[in-house]
Amino acid sequence: MTDLSLELSRGRSGEVSQVPYGTWGLRLAALTYLVAFIAVPVMVIFTNGLALGIERFMTSLTRPETLNAIQLSIVTSLIMTVINTVMGTLTAYVLVAYRFPGKRLFNLLIDIPFAVPTLVIGVMLVLAYGPQTIAGAFLNDTFDLRVVFAAPGIVLALLFVGYPFVIRTVQPVLLAMEPNQEEAAHTIGASPWTTFVRVIFPALRPAIITGALLSFARSLGEFGSVVIISGNIPMRTQTATVYIYTQIEEGNIQAATAASAALLFVSFAVTIGVDLVLKRRLAGGSPHA
Amino acid sequence: MREVTPRSWPAFVVIGIVLLYAFVMLIVPFATVIYSALRDGLQAVVDTFTDANLQHALLVTLVLTVIAVSVNALFGLITAWVLVRQRFRGRKLFDLLVDVPFVFATPIAGFAVLILFGREGWFSPTFVPIVFAYPAIVLVKIFVALPFVTREVQPVLESLSPEPEDAAYTIGANRWTTFRRVLLPEIWTALLYGIVLTFARTVGEFGAVSVVGGALEGYTESATTFIFRALKDRNDTAAYSVSLLLCALSVIILLVMSRLRTRIAHRA
Repeated sequence: MTDLSLELSRGRSGEVSQVPYGTWGLRLAALTYLVAFIAVPVMVIFTNGLALGIERFMTSLTRPETLNAIQLSIVTSLIMTVINTVMGTLTAYVLVAYRFPGKRLFNLLIDIPFAVPTLVIGVMLVLAYGPQTIAGAFLNDTFDLRVVFAAPGIVLALLFVGYPFVIRTVQPVLLAMEPNQEEAAHTIGASPWTTFVRVIFPALRPAIITGALLSFARSLGEFGSVVIISGNIPMRTQTATVYIYTQIEEGNIQAATAASAALLFVSFAVTIGVDLVLKRRLAGGSPHA
Repeated sequence: MREVTPRSWPAFVVIGIVLLYAFVMLIVPFATVIYSALRDGLQAVVDTFTDANLQHALLVTLVLTVIAVSVNALFGLITAWVLVRQRFRGRKLFDLLVDVPFVFATPIAGFAVLILFGREGWFSPTFVPIVFAYPAIVLVKIFVALPFVTREVQPVLESLSPEPEDAAYTIGANRWTTFRRVLLPEIWTALLYGIVLTFARTVGEFGAVSVVGGALEGYTESATTFIFRALKDRNDTAAYSVSLLLCALSVIILLVMSRLRTRIAHRA
């Protein structure tokens, strides 16, 4: 049954309307929309960067504040991605595999980060884990760990913002998995752990990588929550986006220009690189992708 | 995969870890903002909203958001249809472009508008103000939430055969009737889901809006830039009250999303 409908939808997709209605008008509308709202801003940022000239561009880019900000963005995003990937996969697994009270509510709450403005996320986290709170004071006194207005706070904000990404890419793949593979593994004596590592995980890998990369790319560009929780301290807690924002506000256009072009370049390189890697993997890869 | 009732202790440990993580990450912060806003009593919250500047900011947020969402709903739908139903040179590239706002840092989006239309911009406008005025805010709001409608509608269109559309058109239905009677009944849940996501993203945008001048009190200031200013002015109650309002809005958004997802799941 599933195979048949899959076959049908494959036959259909990629099919093009035979009637040439709305060809030019609608196509013109769609392409103008994409060019005006996406291609133009992208080109503006890169052209503006190039217009500085290599020398001035490099001088702005190699300022310690700039390099430090870009480095902080990449490091905090990487840490976030590692934690988020492990916890996201685990959460998706628990949501699909186990029955427990409150599961429907939990499934609903997972999308909170999509619905709450990022600035408000920053406010929430400062209120919950700032130095004046029980949790914040405990971490500060016991482990000498400052969360808010420090790098751990940035990671925390990125984890909140990225929370649904891995879960929502892995969950549908788990739901679509045939139970008999798992049962077969169990029948021949595999432990749940072995079953997970040898049977479930390989099928999930493409979805996990996609979710991880999405959340990484999203984190590099995150601003609203980070500007609140980081305290915006140059050389210490200023991420690339916060640095760019501050330079624009101060009228430091040359610095903002160089950093914007550099950050966008990194974000695009990550996304396109990932896309290429995934396509190659999937070319000979698993049917669950 | 089959759902089972957990029995072994490792299963309980895994569920415990997952729920604890969600509790620390999502529930505690969400509950704290509610508690902080209401700590000084409900009256303090209500008083915040009598501020004329804040009322203006909320109205600005609502109106500009509705404009941006409408533009994205209409053009996002057209874009999805064109990308699925038509074949032309460069289609793949245009398809890639749709995702750009997902990875584009929002202050940089605001910066692009400044470079184009700012005081010393490439097309500095003489008659109509764009930057530090409403048009720039609408522009960046459209940009940040552009992918959602297209990306929600596209897969549904791909799963539909173009034949009914072609047939309706061939027997003389005009384009609008074809859309309304043949296409819309199939795609409306996905379209609505995309619109809800677009709304959520647009209403809470801060970085880009702030950069293009969305923080002039009583004029371009919107809900998020109001919160930012209130925090700077140490006016905590006001900041938390507006945060609470946006949280309440996001709860409604969540409930609508969940309803729509159930519908989509039932259809599939």
